[in-house]
Amino acid sequence: MFLTTGWGWSDLIELKAITKTYRSRAGITEAIRGIDLHVRSGEIFGVIGHSGAGKSTLLRCVNLLERPTTGTVTVGGVELTKLSGRQLQRQRRRIGIIFQHFNLLSTATVRDNIAFPLRLAKRSRSEIRARVDEMIKLVGLEGHGDKYPSQLSGGQKQRVGIARALANKPEVLLCDEATSALDPQTTESILSLLLGINEQLGLTIMLITHEMNVIRSICDRVAVIDQGIIVESGKVIDVFLHPQQQITREFVEQAGDASDAFMTGLDAIRRGKLLRVRFKGDMTYEPVLFEAVKETGAAFSILQGTVSRMKRVPYGHLLVDVRGSGADMERIVERLRREGIEAEVLA
Amino acid sequence: MFGHFSNVRPAELQEATYATLRMLGLSLAFTVVLGLLVGVLLFLTSRGQLLSQPAVYAVLSFVVNVLRSVPFVILMITIMPFTKWLTGTSIGVEGSIPPLVVAAAPFFARLVETSLREVDRGVIEAAQAMGASSWSIVRRVLLREAGGGLFAGVTLTAVTLVSFTAMSGVIGGGGLGDLALRYGYQRFQTDVMLVTVVLLVLLVQLLQTLGDLLVRWVSRK
Repeated sequence: MFLTTGWGWSDLIELKAITKTYRSRAGITEAIRGIDLHVRSGEIFGVIGHSGAGKSTLLRCVNLLERPTTGTVTVGGVELTKLSGRQLQRQRRRIGIIFQHFNLLSTATVRDNIAFPLRLAKRSRSEIRARVDEMIKLVGLEGHGDKYPSQLSGGQKQRVGIARALANKPEVLLCDEATSALDPQTTESILSLLLGINEQLGLTIMLITHEMNVIRSICDRVAVIDQGIIVESGKVIDVFLHPQQQITREFVEQAGDASDAFMTGLDAIRRGKLLRVRFKGDMTYEPVLFEAVKETGAAFSILQGTVSRMKRVPYGHLLVDVRGSGADMERIVERLRREGIEAEVLA
Repeated sequence: MFGHFSNVRPAELQEATYATLRMLGLSLAFTVVLGLLVGVLLFLTSRGQLLSQPAVYAVLSFVVNVLRSVPFVILMITIMPFTKWLTGTSIGVEGSIPPLVVAAAPFFARLVETSLREVDRGVIEAAQAMGASSWSIVRRVLLREAGGGLFAGVTLTAVTLVSFTAMSGVIGGGGLGDLALRYGYQRFQTDVMLVTVVLLVLLVQLLQTLGDLLVRWVSRK
């Protein structure tokens, strides 16, 4: 099954019919079983999946750290899968990457680590010095330039990783579980750094993660990968509010958002009718629900729900226990829908 | 007891020390160059590494193992024709260099291979992803990150070479070992033997201390 996640014109990364199989004594393992994927210029694209789902393999196919068994990889209009050796090395300089475990040179200072890709590209000394200074400032590591990685915290190491990845002015940044080894607070600061870079420099980012929070905080679009195929994809807000697949619902729950799984038990608690409302955008902070219910003279209580923000877009979904007549219920639903809020009577 | 070191002739001792140092210095230099080359090749051609050539690795590994399993004394005598062809003599300092290198280079090559294996795979991968060529990776990542292990290996090899140079005295290689053997052992001049042994101990101590300092310097992080 091939599931397309975008369209042609402004695609920066284009993966077509990718498969990856490993042969070993234990038999044949199909890590990726046919994936089509498009990442558009300027967006943050997230791939989420459990470990072993194939997401890491997929990301490593983009810069051909893993060569796909079949399929083509095109980045910025250049078909990488056609290239070999030296040509591929040159193209890779247009693709930055950061890793879960940072992968910094332990024997090099922060400055030397950041200078690494610049030296590979044979930049002049003065150019390197200026660019390294600029990068150190960008990631907020002023004063740490002469330290070695072992003297830095995890978050600082990832900042060095980001600076190194961006030093050569790549067109795209790949993030391989970049925050998975960090504590929640540090994760937060790295994510906002990535978001800032995306917005300031217009840098396209493709990331993989197993944490829905990462997707919710910074991604524009998301693909859910399971057992080597993409089972669901779309705008993050749509996937969050209307998860189609069981696995997606699990990830949404993991992000602390209410979903059907929590409904079991609510049936016993409710005294009136169970109403589900979903809303996004400016509407989120308006007292629409209150007004809709007030009009009818019914009462309501919120059983469960989330009001949060996705990247910059506020959204929410609530499970509401409405105590009123059937006619009241109809009027409430109609009023909410008129305001552009999704409302649905569940029970 | 030792006749107040009456048999010890300073001039001869000085000459022998000088010969030992020359043998050590020259053979170590050649060993490091050759061993580094072979060690890096062993690492790169091994399965799953940058050049992954299992057949090449198997051949290289076999040759290294064979050379390492021949006792030095026997190796020295076996390769005499080669030594003579290469240096024009099979005795003296010059004649001792080829067997010393042939014996020590495979040993050092294995040490190089082992320390390169210690380098974090992720860092190699990061360099690959940044568009580094295999040669760049060797130079800028592998040798740099393995620096501490490599210098420890050089130190170990140097100390081993000291004992090899003593043995090469058997076929007229000269040096402190030769002196100890001829005067100390064959002429029962225990005092000469004692002095040479003390000098050898000092030499090894010096090498180890120097090596440790270098290791600490290159692996500062």
